[in-house]
Amino acid sequence: MDIELRNIHKRFGTVHANNDISVVFPAGRITGILGENGAGKSTLMKILSGYQPADTGDILVDGNASRFSSPEDAIQEGIGMLQQDPLDVGAFTTLENFVYGRPERVLPDWQAARKDLEEASAHLGFDLEAETPVERMSIALRQQLEIVRLLALGVKALILDEPTTGISAEQKQTLFAALQQLAHRDGVIILLVSHKLEDVITLCDKVVVLRDGRRIGEEDMPAPGETDPVTLEKIKSQLVHLMFGQELGPHVRLEVPLDKVVLQLENLNLRDRRLQIENLNLSLRQGEVVGLAGLDNSGQGLTMRAICGLESVSSGRVLLEGEDMTNRSYRSFLHRGVVFGAAGRLEEGLIAGLTLTEHMALVRSGRAVLDWPALESYTSESLKHYDVRGEAEDRIEQLSGGNQQRVLMALLPANPQLLILEQPTRGLDVESARWIWQQLLERREGGTAILFSSAELDELVAYSDRILVFHAGRVHEVSDVASTTIDELGYLIGGEFKQV
Amino acid sequence: MLLPVLLSLLLAALLVLAVGREPQEVLEKIWQGAFRNTRSFAGVLNFWIPLTLASVGLFVTFRAGLWNIGIEGQILAGAIFASAGALTFDFPPELAPLQLLLQILLGVLGGMVWAGITGALKIWLGVNEIFGGMALNALAGVWGIYLISGPWYPEGGSAQQSRPFLENALYPPLSRDWPVGLLAIVMTAVAMVLVPLIMARTRWGLQLKATGSNPRSALLLGVPTTRVAMSAFLVCGALAGIAGSYRVMFTYGSFRPLVAGGIGFLGLLVVLLSTMKPLWIPLITFVFSAILAGSTRLRVSLQLDSSLAGVLQGTLVLVFILFQGLRQRLEARRGDQAGDVSQASASSQSGLTG
Repeated sequence: MDIELRNIHKRFGTVHANNDISVVFPAGRITGILGENGAGKSTLMKILSGYQPADTGDILVDGNASRFSSPEDAIQEGIGMLQQDPLDVGAFTTLENFVYGRPERVLPDWQAARKDLEEASAHLGFDLEAETPVERMSIALRQQLEIVRLLALGVKALILDEPTTGISAEQKQTLFAALQQLAHRDGVIILLVSHKLEDVITLCDKVVVLRDGRRIGEEDMPAPGETDPVTLEKIKSQLVHLMFGQELGPHVRLEVPLDKVVLQLENLNLRDRRLQIENLNLSLRQGEVVGLAGLDNSGQGLTMRAICGLESVSSGRVLLEGEDMTNRSYRSFLHRGVVFGAAGRLEEGLIAGLTLTEHMALVRSGRAVLDWPALESYTSESLKHYDVRGEAEDRIEQLSGGNQQRVLMALLPANPQLLILEQPTRGLDVESARWIWQQLLERREGGTAILFSSAELDELVAYSDRILVFHAGRVHEVSDVASTTIDELGYLIGGEFKQV
Repeated sequence: MLLPVLLSLLLAALLVLAVGREPQEVLEKIWQGAFRNTRSFAGVLNFWIPLTLASVGLFVTFRAGLWNIGIEGQILAGAIFASAGALTFDFPPELAPLQLLLQILLGVLGGMVWAGITGALKIWLGVNEIFGGMALNALAGVWGIYLISGPWYPEGGSAQQSRPFLENALYPPLSRDWPVGLLAIVMTAVAMVLVPLIMARTRWGLQLKATGSNPRSALLLGVPTTRVAMSAFLVCGALAGIAGSYRVMFTYGSFRPLVAGGIGFLGLLVVLLSTMKPLWIPLITFVFSAILAGSTRLRVSLQLDSSLAGVLQGTLVLVFILFQGLRQRLEARRGDQAGDVSQASASSQSGLTG
């Protein structure tokens, strides 16, 4: 099967999200779709997978024009998309999820389904177990399940949206090996949407770069196994050039003198349904940046929330400038300049349905009666200052992820004591991530202490003064970040504390 | 907006034909029942007052993402508290306005207590407001029955209602031709103008909206979400309390266990129909009140049960909600910012279902 997109246009209001995009995806090839946030990658993939129609333009499957009005239509035509958050049903088992969407009679043939599942899993080197409930599975396993499920539905073209976010290096290898096998042996079309250059270079045969809704260029990638650093570096800089129209300079780390202790954790014990953290001690000074590393759900989220009153502390103490704040409400932390920013921006942090001005009014207006015109112009100013692509009267969900993150920055108080940020650059492109950090470091110079988690090891190494590595609730501190390599950190995250 | 109304009228007409009557005839009778003279018009207003108060109150709780099913019990509690005042106080005639005011305040208190209990159960004990509200509805009902069969048992009467209130304890009618409480109309008008204004212009209104749309994010943005949710319950309870007190202090002149009469539940439908646009509320309640007050004549003139009016209303609401759902689907399909519309409709619904 070959897929061709011809002259695809899609507008959202004034934004031309896809502007005359034409591209061919031949069978048996892995194509990367690269671009910064808002470049139009997701829009294009949603059009191809039936989540939304194009304004104009054609989708040709084996030369025949096709129209999809739903994801089901696209799957019928052999095109399936793997979402960033797999669309499975938590309470059910792997096998039950696998059976969904299969054209079964009223009663599914469980025996046959189990056999199909196990064969497909083995074929791709996955380790799916039929009876495991999905809610107990990692993101990586759920991805594997979704891939196997889509293939069983007859999908011949597989779209993956940022599949390497939140999975370990080892899991990534498994995934990439499977994808390569699918493409090169079984002739499946693989489309990889990503902003991670390394991933795209390692995996893809070809990369299509989008910028501002247009198809800017296409690059062939080196054969798998190419390891010459000079070649790789050259390709990388070519891609960066295509993505941004310029090359990024190296990041410079500022030395900020550390001042008095802001936050102290004493023998903290935390517990949630899945894991337990024991005896956590930490002290954080003004102007200090501490990174929390680890796979998803290893305890970083729980720790960050417990520190600011969003989760309860079983025992131990949380001291803020010496004052015992253990198990106080989030609002009392907020009053003392402690701000939490969650990874899921629209779930925890921003409010879908409210305009940007309304968001600003919630955090800034001290008056009972709101002065809307003044708030509106204040918001416009602020949007300009934070370089947000959006208007004051736009609803927050109309903005792209990167711009939402910028709005969150604009909503922060001027001089917070302590910022607790969960994956502050998740899903952002290199440029936006760098901008966010520029903002954060400016505040750090003003004395703000920062505690952040990240799935990106280079981000942790680049910005942290110290790193806490979480593995299944255990915490290992790396105090000398300067002499730590990303590989060493990777071992720690995988739970191999002895190797370091 | 017009299409669903026409369709539901058509359905209603078919229904009337099915029971062997002329739709036009039924419509005429309802019209006559509601608007044949000032007294019948006052009858419409006497229904409109409590229904509008309850609906405006429910608009507030819906805004905060709360399904205040307990409104029925809050109306009843308001009626009970006001009745307690009416049966206890006996101020001299020159102080009658003071007594009236005290009784209304008691009604407000009753509604607030009942709503406050629902809110406390929800906020501090995690009891869903729908279940808590249902339980408190039942409790208020049983309490009412106890009162008329016990402490408020009328001498020589049957346990259908309490002793009739003295004249001091009643809203004075506007005039003989306009039997309606002027003060209540004024309070209703103030509520229906002031509440939407407060919602749109104050920080509290914005905080309610934020809490209703996404309580977790609202908390992180510094909104005191529990206090906000509680205040929404209390405001709604206060308005329900006024509604309840009006029912006993004017409409009936005594306490009856069925004094709330489904007004609260009808209010829920009104707010659903208004699609959270508060300016529609007084209009919708007026149409509902006219149909309800007017249909009482159906029995007299056409030997049709007045519950036909309820069926007509039900049809209207059902068809309307159906159309709303269809429209949202259509919009999501059209994919105008695909994720965005479904997000928005999801959040506008969560304001209602949340």
